[in-house]
Amino acid sequence: MIPPMISTQDLTLRVDGRLLVERLDWRVHAGESWCVIGPNGAGKSTLLRTVAGLRAPDGGSVALAGKPVSDWALPALARERAYLAQSRGDAFAYRVIETVLMARHPYHADRYWEGSDDHAAAEAALRTLDVAHLAERDVRTLSGGERQRVAIAALLAQDTPLLLLDEPANALDLAHQVAVTELMARLCREGRAVVSVGHDLNLAWSGATHALLLNGDGSWHAGTTQDVMRPELLSACLGHPIAAIVHGARTVFLPDAPAAVTKLAPVGNTQ
Amino acid sequence: MSVLPAASQRVHNQRRTLVVLSALVFLALLALGAAGLAGSVPVPVADLPQAFASLVAGEPDGMSGTLLDLRLGRASSAFATGAALALAGVMMQALVRNPLADPYVLGVSAGAAVGALAALLFGAALWAVDLGALAGAIGISLLLYLLARRDLGGGRGAVRTGESGVLLLTGVVLASACMALVTLMLSVAPESRLRGMVFWMIGDLAGSSWRLLPWIVLGAAVLLALRRARALNVMALHADAAVALGIDVGAERRFLFLCSGLLTACAVTTGGSIGFVGLVVPHACRYAFGPDHRILLPAATLVGGSFLVVADTLARTVLAPQQLPVGVLTSLIGVPVFLFQLHQLHLRRR
Repeated sequence: MIPPMISTQDLTLRVDGRLLVERLDWRVHAGESWCVIGPNGAGKSTLLRTVAGLRAPDGGSVALAGKPVSDWALPALARERAYLAQSRGDAFAYRVIETVLMARHPYHADRYWEGSDDHAAAEAALRTLDVAHLAERDVRTLSGGERQRVAIAALLAQDTPLLLLDEPANALDLAHQVAVTELMARLCREGRAVVSVGHDLNLAWSGATHALLLNGDGSWHAGTTQDVMRPELLSACLGHPIAAIVHGARTVFLPDAPAAVTKLAPVGNTQ
Repeated sequence: MSVLPAASQRVHNQRRTLVVLSALVFLALLALGAAGLAGSVPVPVADLPQAFASLVAGEPDGMSGTLLDLRLGRASSAFATGAALALAGVMMQALVRNPLADPYVLGVSAGAAVGALAALLFGAALWAVDLGALAGAIGISLLLYLLARRDLGGGRGAVRTGESGVLLLTGVVLASACMALVTLMLSVAPESRLRGMVFWMIGDLAGSSWRLLPWIVLGAAVLLALRRARALNVMALHADAAVALGIDVGAERRFLFLCSGLLTACAVTTGGSIGFVGLVVPHACRYAFGPDHRILLPAATLVGGSFLVVADTLARTVLAPQQLPVGVLTSLIGVPVFLFQLHQLHLRRR
């Protein structure tokens, strides 16, 4: 039997002593696309970083392909999973093509120069994300959405069976949000596994096969999108009434009209 | 701009690096040659072959031979010092991920100044001054390492929520503390010793001659750094997320800290705290050749060495027979170059 791409056992996450996720038992198999949904500060990014091996769990364990994350050698781990950070600050004037070529690092840490196979992979990734025309640009001059697409291209060039994406739709225009969602769905059909954090329920519904709801108080729900993305669970999770409207063959999620429920204090009321 | 096909782009990168580095080696040799010939007493070109032969034989002979020996000895020290400072600058900028950092930002030179000035204050011999500088530099580095070791720790296992800036802030604060000590020593120093102390602070290569140690440290640092050039690229781009690409960020950061500290200690021991080389040269090289460390590391080393050789040659010839401290010239040349680059970058980014 093939071990699951990700399996967590009794995984507990805390930030600054605050309990975010308690005893998470979660399995992600090849071919599945998961979206992680939850309010701000519910531990979505913390979960992703823990699974990626960038931080240690506060309890329980994480295994990738059947082997505990802490047992993986770093270069081998980098060939197994790719991780898209939520934001990046570019301090130096690297060209776009250079940033994507760097994603090939785990394959030949001992070579001084990249091979032509690396260049081919990098250029293919740039074309897939529709940013090939930016190849020679300084990354610091790109717009937010362009930079995000270049970062996703780098992820593709890393060519791993498991992709972990923290808010991949960030700063993307509508067309590219849809395109990236479709790209991730296609990668899953090819047998990879994708876990992405996102706030757009409709994108999640159309792109993902499974969903993990983090409520921020330790509790969670995991399952297929059909089972988990139900209005009552989503409303409880996100703290706002959510309606699922069935329109023909499609389901659309909308925030329900809030009567007295609002998350923000009224403006201008000082008392 | 057109994208070249993959294979030719790859060959293009390597050929470009080769051309650039060969040109820089040539310029470095030119600078060293000029340093040998120039001075208040010129070396006649006709005497050159024979003087050089005697130098190689190890027994400098005659007027020209002696002059060449003195000048090339000083130039070789200048080259090693400038190269070390520029290389340390590139490393420090990669370590704190800020192109405005220089080798002195973490207080290594301030620590060296405390040691050297204390030795000068008590009228110690020249070798004791060098030893004081070295001890000060290493002492401050160790203190910094102890205080900020969390920031230099492993990128894995440890909870890391991004760069905390502990290293940079601790370094800056320690540097100010050292500078306070330096000011204290300058204010209590007797008149007769003040000049030597001030010259040390500005950076001066007068009296330096052939030295092997800086070259050994420099050579080892260049070789080690080149092996890690690609990892440095990934770190400079991604910071902590470099772990996701298989880089042991903690180990690389410790290497950068150790190596840049050692290079800086070596440089300030030879020439005092010569300013601007470690900031302007990496900047100029990034501007000219791009931020790829595979070309930046060797290029900055060569340019830094050549730059200090030229500056030092000017320092001893411009107002000859009077000798200027070389730190004055590096700053005088460095500031306008730096401002010009900033202005160009600003124009380009608009």
